[in-house]
Amino acid sequence: MLDAIIVMSGLALFLGGVLGYASIRFHVQGNALVEKIDAILPQTQCAQCGFPGCRPYAEAIAEGRADINQCPPGGEANIHKLADLLGVEFKPLNAEHGEPKPKSVAYIDENTCIGCTLCLQACPVDAISGAPKQMHTIIAQECTGCELCIPPCPVDCIVMVPVESSIANWKWKPPMKEVA
Amino acid sequence: MRQLYHFNGGVHPPQHKDQSTIDPIRIPPLPEKLIIPLHQHIGSSAKALVQPGERVLKGQMIGQPEGHVSSAIHAPTSGKILSVGMEPVPHPSGLDALCVILEPDGLEEWIERVPLDPEMDPGTMRTKLKDAGVVGLGGAVFPSFIKLNPGSKNKVRTLILNGAECEPYITCDDLLMRERAFEIAEGAKLMQRLLGAEEVVLGIEDNKPLAIEAMKSAGGMEVVAVPTVYPGGGAKQLIKVLTGVEVPAGERSTDLGVQCFNVATAASVYRAIRLGEPVLSRIVTITGNVAQPGNYEALIGTPVDHLIRQAGALPGSSGAIMGGPMMGIDLPSTHVPVVKAMNCVIVKSEALFPKALDPMPCIRCARCAESCPAELQPQELYWFAKAKNFGKAQEYALFDCIECGCCSYVCPSHIPLVQYYRYAKSEIWAQEREKKASDLARLRHEFRVERMERDKREKAERLAQKSAQAKEL
Ligand code: SF4
Ligand code: SF4
Ligand code: SF4
Ligand code: SF4
Repeated sequence: MLDAIIVMSGLALFLGGVLGYASIRFHVQGNALVEKIDAILPQTQCAQCGFPGCRPYAEAIAEGRADINQCPPGGEANIHKLADLLGVEFKPLNAEHGEPKPKSVAYIDENTCIGCTLCLQACPVDAISGAPKQMHTIIAQECTGCELCIPPCPVDCIVMVPVESSIANWKWKPPMKEVA
Repeated sequence: MRQLYHFNGGVHPPQHKDQSTIDPIRIPPLPEKLIIPLHQHIGSSAKALVQPGERVLKGQMIGQPEGHVSSAIHAPTSGKILSVGMEPVPHPSGLDALCVILEPDGLEEWIERVPLDPEMDPGTMRTKLKDAGVVGLGGAVFPSFIKLNPGSKNKVRTLILNGAECEPYITCDDLLMRERAFEIAEGAKLMQRLLGAEEVVLGIEDNKPLAIEAMKSAGGMEVVAVPTVYPGGGAKQLIKVLTGVEVPAGERSTDLGVQCFNVATAASVYRAIRLGEPVLSRIVTITGNVAQPGNYEALIGTPVDHLIRQAGALPGSSGAIMGGPMMGIDLPSTHVPVVKAMNCVIVKSEALFPKALDPMPCIRCARCAESCPAELQPQELYWFAKAKNFGKAQEYALFDCIECGCCSYVCPSHIPLVQYYRYAKSEIWAQEREKKASDLARLRHEFRVERMERDKREKAERLAQKSAQAKEL
């Protein structure tokens, strides 16, 4: 446990440094449009868009290789933003790539986990902490809900749990009765 | 005579105020239990200071402010803490929130009340107000000590007290001004000193002659009767009417030399400083479908159904509204506690609140825009909100909308416009939260990619070294 804490706090410290480094690096190399598109994408990194992550999808959009309606986690709100940014017409989400789902986070059944580290290797945002042969835990705040850790798990001990609604994250619904 | 100004639009809905102003403020009997939410203000929740089984005194702090924007919560009477847990609260979601359940012992045994020096250092006085749980009682429940700190750069010239009470049915401020003008006036003096304001101006709608009379005899401020037009009690609207100052979007009135507080807030400042009494109760109007509408000085945490029983529930009730008919929210149930934000509860019936008519298409009549006190284009906002085009809604100043309901009130197509705006605003807030989360995810992902590349590179280097060594051998 202590190891995990040390690793995590080290990581947190390190991330601060990376922030500066990454911003310099990507600024130099990145193309401004890709940056803007990537800033809109939800960063779930789930690959449902058909690309191996949000940034590759952003690059594909910028180069005209992909349409703006392929990201289910972003939903229609994000398609609107992309349409505005690129000056193109809004179009509904392409159902081939999946449906938007309520936000969930992964949960590892710690009694079943055998500590194989396969999920750890799959997680695109390092949201799983654990060492070989020790049970693993998901850091709920960091988990994007991409579900990429589920298929690799040999003992099927990872489940997705919807984020509970609370007054802090509650949203007003649109009116029930729509104008005909 | 002060020159008065006009704000755009506004409407004249039926008042329904007379029925709840017949009797003086009533004191209800102690309820069996008080349900006291720990988060009754803007900012972060207070942290529970009590354990189940503990005995607390009237006025004892049971929730400590956490962080800068926060406020304290107190035991409204003496008794035993039964539990600290999730309970239904008056919130449109119908979700539970963390509450302290207190069983009153009927002894009303106070903590030691220490009146404070009205001339004390302003900084210390503000801290005292934070610890006394003083927040805006007009409904916004923003911690008052923050608004009472003008900062070194700003100069607040005018302290405006809001006694307009423009929304139909609500009469709690009217009764407070009639009966406790002295407390308001004394509180205003303390606030004026904290702000260093040159003048104090109290605005009261001219449909409240008795309140105007009472406040005039209390002295210490200029009492101005303002025309009765809804929403004349909106802070920006009252500031405009009394001073001509328009507060632009995204700016605070303090920056323009004006600060505005509700009259009930002034009274609680007086009690906190001069009597050493924290905020333990507030005046709540209970009206609508009840036998004896009236105003109750209710302890915070009193179940609303307890008050409705006092006022005599009538048959044919169909739910209740917290607040007024224009801006209020439907209560998920009446078994929720009185909170600092609760100025009024209207018991609904079919007769008083007929079912909303089915909405029809917008005919672009622009009546909504004519009525809008924030000078917005409600029909455009509606259009963007409905199309989930929230970015455009924001461009059209969605966040300037004060949700006053004038637009919905005049719309000939009965479109529930405000519901669309509330929906759009909460979607935008949610998007901001998501944006923060996704920025973090991007960073973590970039970090990971970086690390994996480095690992690969190092591995390749090691391999290269090894094979080089192998060759040398
Ligand atoms: S579908 Fe959306 S969230 Fe998932 S990787 Fe593609 S762009 Fe990112
Ligand atoms: S823990 Fe699983 S679901 Fe969550 S971000 Fe990592 S791989 Fe995705
Ligand atoms: S009042 Fe109603 S019908 Fe007229 S423009 Fe506004 S939304 Fe449309
Ligand atoms: S609810 Fe908003 S848009 Fe409608 S009239 Fe009031 S301020 Fe204007």
